[in-house]
Amino acid sequence: MALRAIASRKTLAALGSGLRAQARLATTAAAAAASRGLVTFSLPDLPYDYGALEPAVSAEIMQLHHQKHHQSYVTNYNKALEQLEDAVARDDAPAVVKLQSAIKFNGGGHINHSIFWKNLAPIHEGGGEPPKGSLGWAIDADFGSWEAFVQKMNAEGAALQGSGWVWLGLDKEFKKLVVETTANQDPLVTKGADLVPLIGIDVWEHAYYLQYKNAKPDYLKNIWKVIDWKYASEVYEKECR
Amino acid sequence: MATATVAATAPLSNGFLLRRGPNEGAKSARGLQWTKNHRQSPSSRRFGAAVITAKFDLKPPPYPLNALEPHMSANTLSFHWGKHHRAYVDNLNKQIVGTELEAKSLEDIVIQTYNNGDLLPPFNNAAQIWNHDFFWESMKPGGGGKPSGELLKLIERDFGSFEKLCEELRAAAATQFGSGWAWLAFNPRPSDGKELLVVKSPNAVNPLVLGYIPLLTIDVWEHAYYLDYQNRRPDYISIFMEKLVSWDAVSAKLEVAKAQAA
Repeated sequence: MALRAIASRKTLAALGSGLRAQARLATTAAAAAASRGLVTFSLPDLPYDYGALEPAVSAEIMQLHHQKHHQSYVTNYNKALEQLEDAVARDDAPAVVKLQSAIKFNGGGHINHSIFWKNLAPIHEGGGEPPKGSLGWAIDADFGSWEAFVQKMNAEGAALQGSGWVWLGLDKEFKKLVVETTANQDPLVTKGADLVPLIGIDVWEHAYYLQYKNAKPDYLKNIWKVIDWKYASEVYEKECR
Repeated sequence: MATATVAATAPLSNGFLLRRGPNEGAKSARGLQWTKNHRQSPSSRRFGAAVITAKFDLKPPPYPLNALEPHMSANTLSFHWGKHHRAYVDNLNKQIVGTELEAKSLEDIVIQTYNNGDLLPPFNNAAQIWNHDFFWESMKPGGGGKPSGELLKLIERDFGSFEKLCEELRAAAATQFGSGWAWLAFNPRPSDGKELLVVKSPNAVNPLVLGYIPLLTIDVWEHAYYLDYQNRRPDYISIFMEKLVSWDAVSAKLEVAKAQAA
């Protein structure tokens, strides 16, 4: 469901000449692939300005994170998928297997970041407000309290070594909420086929370094001020119907 | 910490400590080393009147923190060495207090806690201390250029040319996904006769655990380059190869590696 929303043919809003050139390249390649019937993915627009999450997350970080890091995952994901299609077409099994890591890295990066942008909102649009309704009650039930939940997320995020993500996930088989971490750009589903991501917090250094430097715990403390629960609640309610 | 590979770098460190002048890094590090050895710290224990202090020190780079400008800023060094590297040292010291690891060299702790890939908790800190000590030594002010002598001979034998080595090193550094390192390493028991090889490793892993002897490393954790290059890791790698790498250090480590292997 989430993937269908991502795989739209939306093009990037022009945000500068360098970006326009990059966007042209991406859309040209995408157009070429699309003309062969290959699904291509594109960078989703942010529903808020780069500066809208300040002071929790700086405009500089948001712009680099979206325009450079996420864009690069999209571009390389499309490239890997095209190479995969070619490898399958010529029955090249070793090449198919060799492409799996590029698909996981870049596809995972695209999936994870697309969720992340939806997990964030400016304060005046509801960012920072804890969830109400069934998801709010579930957090209390499964973690004891909102504070305990946030503490657990932050502890796991801080303890993660290297690059990765900390997640609030729903185990849809047992209808239980879980806190999990994944390494690099591994999507949450790599930790369990029944896990549905509700909230993801990027703890790659690029997500906070320019602003918080080595103080990852400060980043984790502050990002809750702009974590938005509309998307997470929608997904939760749909799965728990 | 006295293993053959680390001893080979001792001349560089001693040279640094003897230098006087506007040497912020040296002053603060020497001060830190003094207080660590002479003051009871939270991570020390008491046995009657004797105090056992923290085992490992934060070793300073063999040059001032601003010496690699403009290629690697003093700002970066102040965080990378002053915060990240320092934290690994502080945290390892806390972790090994009262354990059998306290009696071991850093290299031994790295190998033991690697535990054949089933990492034990102190591994990350121990290996990152080792890796960062090694990283500062892999660079020098006015670095770059080409290797010479025995090192160049072996590079040409095992890679075909210096240019091919650079290509492989850059590719390894650029394609190490997530956090990690790229290395030039010496294999003392090569099955194909090639003693030099390029290796990339994730997070804190280093070639020691593979039985190789590291000769050169480039840190590709984002904290190593983000303040100066942001997402542009390839630019950082290029500058490292063109302006920072210390082939002298690599030659010295190769000599030690060959002596060890003989």
